[in-house]
Amino acid sequence: MRWYWIDRFIEFESGRRAKAVKNISLAEEHLHDHFPNYPMIPNSLVIEGIAQTGGLLVCEHNEFAEKVVLAKVPKATFYCEAIPGDTLIYTVDVEYIKEDGARISATSYKGDTLHAEVEIMFAHLSDPRLGALFDPESFLRMMCLLGAFDVGHAADGSPLVPPPRLLQTVEAEEADWQE
Amino acid sequence: MPTKDEIFEKIQVALIDALGVDDDEVTPEATLVGDLGAESIDFLDIVFRLEKSFDIKIPRGELFPEDILTSSEYVQDGKVTENGLVELRNRMPFADLDDFAKNPVVQDFGNMLTVADMCRFVESKVEVTQ
Repeated sequence: MRWYWIDRFIEFESGRRAKAVKNISLAEEHLHDHFPNYPMIPNSLVIEGIAQTGGLLVCEHNEFAEKVVLAKVPKATFYCEAIPGDTLIYTVDVEYIKEDGARISATSYKGDTLHAEVEIMFAHLSDPRLGALFDPESFLRMMCLLGAFDVGHAADGSPLVPPPRLLQTVEAEEADWQE
Repeated sequence: MPTKDEIFEKIQVALIDALGVDDDEVTPEATLVGDLGAESIDFLDIVFRLEKSFDIKIPRGELFPEDILTSSEYVQDGKVTENGLVELRNRMPFADLDDFAKNPVVQDFGNMLTVADMCRFVESKVEVTQ
């Protein structure tokens, strides 16, 4: 299983806002274990999906230079359940991005129904020993996979593009793999 | 320009939202760490909320001078030195450091800051209506 808790970005405005889709499928194994015979997405994994949406928004704003970690969930209120067949839309707004960290506020909607409201704080870790855990290229790959560059815009409204230095590394790795 | 009461009320809201505490817990005498359970990451969150609520800028280390408390120049054997205390008093005129200065163990520092200290800090950053 891969640790992806969103399926695709549908909006990505650098440093400001992102929207992501999470489709819930009965094929997801964890749904069968959370409440046996009552499959629903665990609220903790909704928070993780929103953290991935917001974390990539913060990462991209810093050109993937900071080690962004979920530090705190000041608020998480759930209003209903989300079950297989439901599509959740996570909308994340940046409250602040500062030197030490960032805070986002988010909603999760199921159609027109408010499913959850969440606030998340991210910290920027400065310990260089953690570098191996925070490979900037892996975040860039995740952004590509989730379609952020297909729908994204930079702060000035121009199309979102990856930082050239990272893109070169990723493209070189892909070329090696194809050989 | 806010009054002192309005400043306290806004700080109360910021602490309730950041720390998940009840309004009756946020008294002027309450310590942020000991009574309200704030941890280091919470100070970042609190600073964010104060900046937004009061439309002010709070540079890193101004409310909680972690650079002094981790400096080998100002800390020896786990205690803040005399020079360190002078520096702390310069940087934190809003806080009452007298009790801390009697036995300035670094680990106890976080438990010293009160809600009233935070009010005085904000009052020093905004114009207050008397």
